[in-house]
Amino acid sequence: MTPDMLIAAALILPLVIAAGIAAFGKFPNLREGVTIIGSIALFAVVVQLTMLVSSGARPELYVGEAIPGLAFAFKLEPLGALFAVVASGLWIVNSFYSIGYMRGNRERNQTRFYICFAIALCGAMGVAMSGNLFTLFVFYEILTLSTYPLVAHKGDAAAQRGARIYLLTLLGTSIGFLLTAIMWTWFLAGQRLDFVDGGLLATAEISPIVASALLLLFVFGVGKAALMPFHFWLPNAMVAPTPVSALLHAVAVVKAGVFTVMKISIYIFGDELLQATPSREFIMIVACFTIVVASLIALTKDNLKARLAYSTISQLAYVVLGAMLADRAGVLGGSLQIAGHAVAKITLFMCAGAIYVATGLTNISDMRGLGRKMPLVFIAFFIAALSIIGIPPLAGDWPKYELMQGAIDRGSDWVPFVLILSSLLNIAYLLPIPILALMPPPGSKPPKEFKRPGGAPWLTVAAPLFTAGLCFVLFFMVDPVADFLAPAFATVDIDPEVNIP
Amino acid sequence: MILELLLTSAPDWAIRHAAVLVVVVPLIMAPILALSPSGRLAWFLALLATAASTYFAILTLGIVQSTPGGIIEYWIGNWYLIGIEFRVDALNAMILLIVSGMAFLATVFAWPTILADVEKQKISLFLCAFLLCFAGLCGVAATGDAFNLFVFLEISSLSTYVLVAMGARNDRRALPAAFDYLIVGTLAASFYIIGVGFLYAATGTLNMAEMAAQLPALAGNRSVQVGFAFIVVGLGLKAAMWPLHQWLPNAYSYSPSFVTMFLAATATKVALYALIRWLFTIFNPDYSFEQAIFTWVLAPLGIAAMVICSFQAVFQTDVRRMLAYSSVAQVGYMILGISIATAAGVSAGLLHLFNHSLMKGALFMALAGVCLTYKGTTVRDFAGLGRSAPFTMSAFAIAGLSLIGVPLTAGFMSKLQLGYALFDHGWWWAVLFVVFSSFLAVFYVGRLLQAIFFEAPANPGRHRKEAPLIVLVPLWILALANIYFGIDASFPVGLANDGAAAALGLEALQ
Repeated sequence: MTPDMLIAAALILPLVIAAGIAAFGKFPNLREGVTIIGSIALFAVVVQLTMLVSSGARPELYVGEAIPGLAFAFKLEPLGALFAVVASGLWIVNSFYSIGYMRGNRERNQTRFYICFAIALCGAMGVAMSGNLFTLFVFYEILTLSTYPLVAHKGDAAAQRGARIYLLTLLGTSIGFLLTAIMWTWFLAGQRLDFVDGGLLATAEISPIVASALLLLFVFGVGKAALMPFHFWLPNAMVAPTPVSALLHAVAVVKAGVFTVMKISIYIFGDELLQATPSREFIMIVACFTIVVASLIALTKDNLKARLAYSTISQLAYVVLGAMLADRAGVLGGSLQIAGHAVAKITLFMCAGAIYVATGLTNISDMRGLGRKMPLVFIAFFIAALSIIGIPPLAGDWPKYELMQGAIDRGSDWVPFVLILSSLLNIAYLLPIPILALMPPPGSKPPKEFKRPGGAPWLTVAAPLFTAGLCFVLFFMVDPVADFLAPAFATVDIDPEVNIP
Repeated sequence: MILELLLTSAPDWAIRHAAVLVVVVPLIMAPILALSPSGRLAWFLALLATAASTYFAILTLGIVQSTPGGIIEYWIGNWYLIGIEFRVDALNAMILLIVSGMAFLATVFAWPTILADVEKQKISLFLCAFLLCFAGLCGVAATGDAFNLFVFLEISSLSTYVLVAMGARNDRRALPAAFDYLIVGTLAASFYIIGVGFLYAATGTLNMAEMAAQLPALAGNRSVQVGFAFIVVGLGLKAAMWPLHQWLPNAYSYSPSFVTMFLAATATKVALYALIRWLFTIFNPDYSFEQAIFTWVLAPLGIAAMVICSFQAVFQTDVRRMLAYSSVAQVGYMILGISIATAAGVSAGLLHLFNHSLMKGALFMALAGVCLTYKGTTVRDFAGLGRSAPFTMSAFAIAGLSLIGVPLTAGFMSKLQLGYALFDHGWWWAVLFVVFSSFLAVFYVGRLLQAIFFEAPANPGRHRKEAPLIVLVPLWILALANIYFGIDASFPVGLANDGAAAALGLEALQ
């Protein structure tokens, strides 16, 4: 297939899958078969595209103009390819996991669930492959709207409340700030919105004040990046079934957010303009604040999914921080974080879901000694937690290393300490969970019996074990990944004149 | 391309008289209809009349686009300069197309709602009043004569009062609503005619083009300025420009649902067109007093409408009132676009005018469709409807998302254009109001959609059915148009750009 057909396939396949799921809604086995085969096919397409990108090509697809200057155009570059591979690859794993979880839990409306999931993947693919801000915005909103029914899935009052907050925050920030910023960019760049190597606005003469305001609008407009103070939708979205939290609110949706921030900083602002933008430093401070404060809040949460959600908020800010460093190490660190955090966090969520299906437990304090009954789940949890903390040989090690490197190159003396502090906090809020579960202190009560006879369905155990294994693989694959990403920041170089505070 | 095909296949007489036939066909058909013994026959005739009007409106558009100057001048009875002129350029051709197209779709869907809302022996008369209203609106859009515009305005207004009052069968509150509208509408017409009187005194002509030619010499004249003020207020009342909109929520809430749909999609649009015609073609934004009006009166009023009425919409419990307040807010967007007084701004206003009639038409149509079986229209009555009427309600949802301005819908395009025009004019602060108002739309539309799709029915005993096929077809045409024009907006944007260029007297817009 030609490159443009591959892109079209990557965008249309999820919709075909959604249609297939709808058609086979009455036959659960066929329906899940469609999901699995479809997700594998999508992954194959994305891998082919990625191989094209790694050979130096930039697959493009031009659909047409909505109005002059506003085109539906797609262009895949390394960063987008990385995001697409992560999202579509983990979708396969997550589909297997969903089958175990949804059936084990006897959830209702499963057909709607799988349809919305497929459409959300279409949104994620569109975001990853978009060739201009307009296209990106369109798919960004598709992602928002298609995940709303997933968050509201349970349908009770709490789910509706959480879903309402989810929708209002994401739509509000994107319409209020992001759209304004896009319109402004359109005006500043002379009716263009394309992603350009070196930055679309690099050639436009704009004052530092305008650039600052624009950057703030962009970064806070991307509510999916969950930068404080627009982070509260993420804990609220945890009312969704766990597969949703795992793939969407640890991988597709939130990574679409930070990916958008990266894309804007590299291809709209470009390194030179970004380094000359004063509000960049303010956003770095906000990101560091988010990293630390979200970790502190995570410490106080006894609900496992809530703790993981705050952990996600903290980890996402790493990517924003990397984007704002605007140099090679920062961008590389941010990109590696997109992949590394994805595999680790999806593991943690899948473990949480497996525990819930088997025992109905949601609170960490009730899980003491549970590791004796579900050792595999907690081992996977343990590995993923170590990866989040950043201990080699696990995937989470590299982003921290690169980000510290970038910050030190920039002459920043406090960003490395924030990163170290964050790792310590990660240890404090993540490690006690598997340790107390596997090695309960003497005298603690034995855990309750399984709610579901037979414990967790085997699919919900195998999936997190597999992704935990990926944490190791990704650690050793960092060289090829970094080489693959290199063109994305070919233009990004360190300017020794500019220092951060 | 379709236009060319229509133009070449059209008979000679149709091409020559198209601009007039748009108005004349429904005007003549109306009294014939009143004599019809059966309601069904009357409906069929009305369908024919609106279809013919739509055909002639499309022809008119084609002729306007293919003539070099882009203007059709039609002197009725060939009474050159003494009689009445119909003068159609790209601006009114667009309005004629919107009005007649929406009237046709409205008539198609009308039948089941008329059966539900109107007494059997009155159906013929009801449809007669509708055709008169429609003919009046088309007349306002087509005429090139200031006094003739008043006549058509009155034709449409008087028949609208009747139409609104017909809602009394379902809800007696339709009567005070119609009476209110009668008072306000008469005030508006009086203001307008007083203004025309002042201008006639100053210029000695009622022909708009003639008046426009004479006014530059009289720009400092007090009676011209007073006339201008009267006309702007009069037309502002008809267009429901904030704070002159008080008649609108009641009129929309209590009329028969078919009337609400038709009025929401056309009536305020036509008044807004007349306002644009006066502000830009007859007067000229270069006059210093007019510039001040734009910056200090129209723009603040537009913004006030956007923000205040969106807030009011958020707090409504009745869906029809909510949509009515939202309409006033949307008129605010158009007024804001116009008040920039640049080609981009007027074009954005016109584009929103086009898109808004698509979305409000669809919303009110879906509303009417599900109210056939059971009349409640509060938000609670809508709970759980997504299950019992999925087709109707998904069309409703599409139009609702378009109202918010979600990407891939028509509403997104018009907001984008408006935002660009505002940035282009340096009014970046006004963009903040636009996005804030859109955010409020997320609230009121979101509340409704949540009730429809995620809440359990309030009273399961009273069951609602899917709207009948005759409602679903026009409804989905509108809903799909909302999506299509959100993906490929070249047609409405082209219309709006040409219209703005015609209004401002420019050759063409890039």
